[in-house]
Amino acid sequence: MTRELWKGNEAIAEAAVRAGLQAYFGYPITPQTEALEYLSWRLPELGRAFLQAESELGAINMVYGAACAGARTMTTTSSPGTSLMMEGLSYIAGTEVPMVLVDVVRGGPGLGNIAPAQGDYNQIVHGGGHGDYHPIVLAPASIQETIDTIYGVFDIADKYRTIGIIMVDGSIGQMMEPVTLPPMKEVRKNWPAWAASATEGKRERNVLTSIYLDPKQEEITNLRLMKTWQQIEKNEVRYKEYFMDDAKFAVVGFGSAGRVALSAVRAARAEGIPVGLFRPISLSPFPKEQIFELSQKLQGLFVVEMNSGMMLDDVMLASQGRIPVEFYGRMGGVMPFPDEILREIRLLHANGWKSEGHPRERWLAKLETIIKEEQ
Amino acid sequence: MTIHLEDMQVIYQHPESLLNVNTHYCPGCTHGVAHRLVAEVIDEMNLRNDCIGVASVGCSVFAYNYFDFDFIQSPHGRAPAMATGVKRVHPDKVVLTYQGDGDMISIGTAEITHAAARGENITVIFINNANYGMTGGQMAPTTLPGQKTTSSPKGRDVEQAGYPIRASEMLATLDGAGYIARRSLHDPKNIRLAKKAIRTAFETQVRGLGFSMVELLSICPTNWHLNPAASTRWLEENMLPYYPLGDYKVHPALKDLKF
Ligand SMILES: Cc1ncc(C[n+]2csc(CCOP(=O)(O)OP(=O)(O)O)c2C)c(N)n1
Ligand code: SF4
Repeated sequence: MTRELWKGNEAIAEAAVRAGLQAYFGYPITPQTEALEYLSWRLPELGRAFLQAESELGAINMVYGAACAGARTMTTTSSPGTSLMMEGLSYIAGTEVPMVLVDVVRGGPGLGNIAPAQGDYNQIVHGGGHGDYHPIVLAPASIQETIDTIYGVFDIADKYRTIGIIMVDGSIGQMMEPVTLPPMKEVRKNWPAWAASATEGKRERNVLTSIYLDPKQEEITNLRLMKTWQQIEKNEVRYKEYFMDDAKFAVVGFGSAGRVALSAVRAARAEGIPVGLFRPISLSPFPKEQIFELSQKLQGLFVVEMNSGMMLDDVMLASQGRIPVEFYGRMGGVMPFPDEILREIRLLHANGWKSEGHPRERWLAKLETIIKEEQ
Repeated sequence: MTIHLEDMQVIYQHPESLLNVNTHYCPGCTHGVAHRLVAEVIDEMNLRNDCIGVASVGCSVFAYNYFDFDFIQSPHGRAPAMATGVKRVHPDKVVLTYQGDGDMISIGTAEITHAAARGENITVIFINNANYGMTGGQMAPTTLPGQKTTSSPKGRDVEQAGYPIRASEMLATLDGAGYIARRSLHDPKNIRLAKKAIRTAFETQVRGLGFSMVELLSICPTNWHLNPAASTRWLEENMLPYYPLGDYKVHPALKDLKF
């Protein structure tokens, strides 16, 4: 297998092409735009559909249309665009059609900046769009892992007729790494039986909608969605563990924060500190059970994120107050350095764990000084 | 005299493309007339098996319960974007949207404008009834100056709420538009003319001549608080002067079309 140097956003695009992407709709926004640019020549070259939409509202609804029509379809965007797509995501969830969204997250709120961040966790993992639904959210931590995740997510979305979201940050979108690309899958030749692809006089007509005026019917739909979700929770949890065999405590971090934390954990291990890393890949479904198990054998969990502790809440919920939880995060597009995390690991190792108050409060008190010192 | 059935000629029957069911539309509402015309055209052009419809949000949200072919239902205003997604995946199929005025030219202004500008090969049936029917008769972008609605109780004040949008004229400025016409459903003669325009719109799509739209001036007796006959008169007296009927864009290749 040849290893090639690929830029994250272009690798995202090519991985989707090789997974059998049939129709892409998107809108320029940094730090995601290279995916759109790449597909603007790549898909037409293969005789597949590409269109630059008038907005993210347009893009997600084109994806919605293409998904209803039976195509393997995707859009890519970054945080402000994801906000605009929430309406469409809710409709897509309610209609039970499969599609893939890649969110290359940037600093916010508002226009924010184009630096890497993880502030979209709540809007993606815990909703955003209206109504009861859960998308699958996967957060890879390297370009290779992103490629592999995208390559497989279309099948998962198809299997459950659900939304597959890949959440990465601007650093994964923008950097280059040596990777191996998977082989080209053949594009699907037949339309799914449920798709609105025109009857051609060969079958009963298909109607796809998300409206159920009768609350009883809507509730039946909600129940079906929840039952599918239970299956997803059972089958699709993904995570990676590093140095966990003999760890006394663990860092918990996803995506780039998890990757930076790994450097810190390695350095700590070199100093003889018995720390490991637990890196959730599926943020939704969240590896609740695994974290609960960790909370039964470890001294504490140290959550590291590039936001104000959005996953922290889920870790606390999953560990059910059994062990102390500590938090360190950087916000607004600032990436933590391995040294910062190593410093915190050393402190935990030397001083032990606190359990009074909330980890977010302790972190905020600390962060103000850190920001001042850095300026 | 005996009448032999086999000697009789069918001159009027239920269109195949329309399911034989009761609709939820109010008595006298022209949504039903518009449905029938679209269904007749699809039958006549033998397109039913190739059709994919996109319903919008408004009184016609359940259009898929009446048209007998594949149908999807869009978020408010986004039908042209969804239709774009469908058409790009199935360029050989016939894709139509059916949209009200609030849907198409208020919340969905960007989607319809860009679908037209791209020359998206879809057909849009645009129902202009000068108000938001489904939500109970609020002011729409098409509500006439001075017209009373539940959200312009003293009549639309253009100083405060601005002016109505003439969607056909506006979209006809775009090069991607192949056929744009405004017709009215207030009397039989105009209904016939409307059907011809709908036919031309679908011919535009089938011939790949770009975006096509027929705006149909329609009545909403319920929210206008007029009976259907008085509603048609109100349309004639008030809407026709503001929304002149006519062809606003006709692709040269359509000019000699005979059917
Ligand atoms: C995002 C969103 N905003 C508002 C609504 C509420 N709503 C439903 S129908 C409608 C207006 C429909 O009016 P029109 O398009 O003129 O169609 P008509 O009912 O007159 O046929 C509105 C505002 C909605 N469903 N979704
Ligand atoms: S509210 Fe108006 S537009 Fe809607 S069905 Fe009734 S008459 Fe027709």
